[in-house]
Amino acid sequence: MNLQPEDWNALWITLKLAATSTIILIILGTPLAWWLSQTRFRGKFLIEAIVALPLVLPPTVLGFYLLVALGPNGPVGGFFKAIGGQPPVFSFEGLIIGSVIYSMPFVVQPLQDAFKSIGTRPLEVAATLRATPWDRFWFVAVPLARSGFVTAAVLGFAHTLGEFGVVLMIGGNIPGETQVVSIAIYDHVESLAYTQAHWVAGTLLAISFLLLVGVYAGNRKFRVWKP
Amino acid sequence: MSIDAHIQIERGTFQLNARLELPARGVTAVFGPSGSGKTTLLRALAGLEPCPDSRVIVNGTPWQTPTECLATHERPVGLVFQEPSLFEHLTVQANLDFGRQRISKSEQTIPLDHSIELLEISPLLNRYPHQLSVGEQQRVAIARALAVCPEWLLLDEPLAAMDAARKREILPYLENLCRETDLPILYVSHSREEVARLADHLVVLNEGKVIANGPAIEILSNLALPLAREPNSAAIIETTVAGQDHTFGLTLLDFAGGQFQVTHHDLPVDTPVRLQVQANDVSLTLERPTQTSILNVFKAKVAEMAEAGPAHVLVKLTVDSNSDSGPTLLARITRKSAELLALKPGRAVHAQIKSAALIN
Repeated sequence: MNLQPEDWNALWITLKLAATSTIILIILGTPLAWWLSQTRFRGKFLIEAIVALPLVLPPTVLGFYLLVALGPNGPVGGFFKAIGGQPPVFSFEGLIIGSVIYSMPFVVQPLQDAFKSIGTRPLEVAATLRATPWDRFWFVAVPLARSGFVTAAVLGFAHTLGEFGVVLMIGGNIPGETQVVSIAIYDHVESLAYTQAHWVAGTLLAISFLLLVGVYAGNRKFRVWKP
Repeated sequence: MSIDAHIQIERGTFQLNARLELPARGVTAVFGPSGSGKTTLLRALAGLEPCPDSRVIVNGTPWQTPTECLATHERPVGLVFQEPSLFEHLTVQANLDFGRQRISKSEQTIPLDHSIELLEISPLLNRYPHQLSVGEQQRVAIARALAVCPEWLLLDEPLAAMDAARKREILPYLENLCRETDLPILYVSHSREEVARLADHLVVLNEGKVIANGPAIEILSNLALPLAREPNSAAIIETTVAGQDHTFGLTLLDFAGGQFQVTHHDLPVDTPVRLQVQANDVSLTLERPTQTSILNVFKAKVAEMAEAGPAHVLVKLTVDSNSDSGPTLLARITRKSAELLALKPGRAVHAQIKSAALIN
């Protein structure tokens, strides 16, 4: 392999970032998507618009606001400072916060669609079978929305993997700490190290492809109830 | 034990305003054309339809009053929907266990094995819903509703999604269910046939209002109601098996007005049997016919008459019997015949019954 240690580092950081963000996204996105799919709240469209904002905003705009908010003088950064910590800009934690916000629509929307497509009937049936609302969510909605969870996780992961603008704005480009693969490739191209760029890009391509193949093959195998 | 309910629901232009007092025994059918509010009524009883202005008191327990509302999962009902609606991610066994696991041991009054046996689903237990036919799925759905040992079983047109062949396949199971359990059943249907076969008590809904409520046999032959006006209208007669005539291959059935002779059915003596007599299969004579191929001829009195189309009248007859309110028959005859025989309420006639069908 022709990858240099910094490239391996960038690759590792990227995967770690994508995995952590995906887990957090599923944890936060599931209740939000469930609520959006069930509520009759009139202001629902406002929440949906806010969740979808990262889809239309240039990453640099989002990154810029996050930089301000997470910086030592911003509300979030200020809070971290007040409790004796470091403001999360230019750190791995800051990248996670940024990716979670940036990739939120890619997780919430498939989950919301999956919950919606279950319809009300299975949940009504569960209610007549003595299932409490919590029970209905865990034992009926979540298993029936299984493919939605797979889609959401894949999209969340993939989107974080390819992140560039937001990371650059709030993470800087600190090798070994906040330098992710997409930025490493950019740096290689900038310095005309095309061979190096090829190796890194190719590795990322291979990893992404294998991941998707694995997920979709697995999902097909387990989806016994929809031939 | 009873349901005492006043359901009031408004959805756009549709209004349901149904006042009901139902016995907590036997099968109560809720009958009405589609759009009459039957399903909404059932859903309201199950707590699936918000109805803050309604009142539902079941066996003395308030389920719905203006101040309180028992959530669906707290109501001791079992509900079978039009479509089987099995959980697709679970096997048949897991579908049955879903509700079963959520009730306490002391509430498990109906053995699960009994329901499985009653609906003959034991070969299906390890399959997934998509591997079953619609009829099998609906049988599982019924067993699943029984598995929570409800105090009331609510059935929302459980046969509506099926073709005629499937209906014939499921109906015997429903009949067994009605006969074998002493669970009160509320059965929503728009099929006169199903009602005639299954119901003891009948509630007729029209445009969101209760237009009749009483014993099924009386309501089915009430000329003022749409049920008796349908082209295939029929009267139901409760009989018991009296014996067999092996020489001619006939079964003898006793009823309050005498004895029916029908084609052979292998049933033990004293079995209760419902007989359905189509109004089109009953003809009337003034003298007792002596030379006729028709076996079942009974003395009766004209109770009521109503026009049925341009050329026909529907005649409601009370068969002569020892009791005050004799069994009822319906006869559809031409207006011309009615005039020739000078039929009017109180007139004594002989009813010739061309055929009678056992319906359970």
